[in-house]
Amino acid sequence: MVDIIESLKAGDKRAAARLITKAENNEKEAFEILKKLYDNTGNAYVIGITGPPGSGKSTLTDKLVKEIRKKYNKKVGIIAVDPTSPFTGGAILGDRIRMQDLSLDEGVFIRSMGTRGHLGGLSKATNYAVKVLDIIGMDYIFIETVGVGQSEVDIVKTADTTVLVMVPGLGDDIQAIKAGIMEIADIFAVNKADRGGTDRLVAEIEMMLDLNPENTPWKPPIVKTSAVSNKGVTELLDAIKTHKKFLKETDLLKTKRISNIETEILKIVKEELMSLITQKENHDKRKRLAVDVYHKKIDPFTAADCLIKIIKGG
Amino acid sequence: MNKKIRVVIAKPGLDGHDRGAKVIARACRDAGMEVIYTGLRQTPEQIVETALQEDADVIGLSSLSGAHEHLFSRVCELLREKNAEDILVIGGGVIPEDDIPALEKAGVKKVFTPGTPTKEIIEYIKANVKK
Repeated sequence: MVDIIESLKAGDKRAAARLITKAENNEKEAFEILKKLYDNTGNAYVIGITGPPGSGKSTLTDKLVKEIRKKYNKKVGIIAVDPTSPFTGGAILGDRIRMQDLSLDEGVFIRSMGTRGHLGGLSKATNYAVKVLDIIGMDYIFIETVGVGQSEVDIVKTADTTVLVMVPGLGDDIQAIKAGIMEIADIFAVNKADRGGTDRLVAEIEMMLDLNPENTPWKPPIVKTSAVSNKGVTELLDAIKTHKKFLKETDLLKTKRISNIETEILKIVKEELMSLITQKENHDKRKRLAVDVYHKKIDPFTAADCLIKIIKGG
Repeated sequence: MNKKIRVVIAKPGLDGHDRGAKVIARACRDAGMEVIYTGLRQTPEQIVETALQEDADVIGLSSLSGAHEHLFSRVCELLREKNAEDILVIGGGVIPEDDIPALEKAGVKKVFTPGTPTKEIIEYIKANVKK
């Protein structure tokens, strides 16, 4: 383990790749290593790119990262999440196709991840992958979520700045005032802006934002982009930088990160508790309770209480 | 623990025929593997770097251009340079029988020619991957 820790501190990409795999596979060793290196995290700035399937998240990420590399020469990690099949457990991770030129850039590390049954737009281990890339010295980390619908909002609990990528033509203006995904954007990118309907979409988002309470300290900017032709990318990166500056100056970055850490701790606790309940030893007990509920001897609420008592007692 | 086999499917070289690569990618997915699909026209350097960053267990190379000897061998050579020869390299596409021994000597563990049932490829991967 000492070797791995030293390699990671030295920025070794292969060691990082292996550690992410271990975390994905839920191997205890991964978490022991992360515990030891926790002091080395928190330096990278994390940017979430989310939006519906096919809206251009990968292409936009590719262009943003190239801009950062060219202008600021900062190191960039990219975590690209794609869906895992609920039927076979397999996945096609295809986000790299749009980032081919980046694969040989020394200052870039790209990792594709399957959701592996996790809902919410990210995989369970995405958070750990962020830490690993942070440890090996990435200055910026981009997380590209799976193509999302309306309520996959995990990204907001992981990223410092969340960019919601929208495209014209997906629905009428009532879509814009629904809850969920539309609420999490720090920045709106209206991509494929060379297409018809762009101005209408921008107007609809603006209208929605105007309904926000007046004292909201940050009003999300709307940036028109056309990722394929590299238009609006500089403006989008500027918007990200402005948001970063705003978070730092208002100390909201700290508040946000503490709140995210709280969520993270709760998640770990939840998982531990679930693994206690689903342990083999409790299997028969669970089955018996289910049978009892079926025969109406007890109700599901009482059955759940019984299981919780086992953990408390254990 | 839930280990998954991670496979990089890549098309080195200049031919644009990716149907075969997509069929294999889909078959691997349906067998519960995680497939990193890299797209067309990859250099051996890109493929190897991708495999390292993705911590792949397998690299599947597909070529229909006739340049397989140079490209496949170069991938194996780069893997050796990076101390990553534990990654299983397999190949497919339009590859004459006569070329196979040289490819195997270069480090390609198995070459699948047209008409191979996908099931056979999946079974080969499962049996030979180093975990």
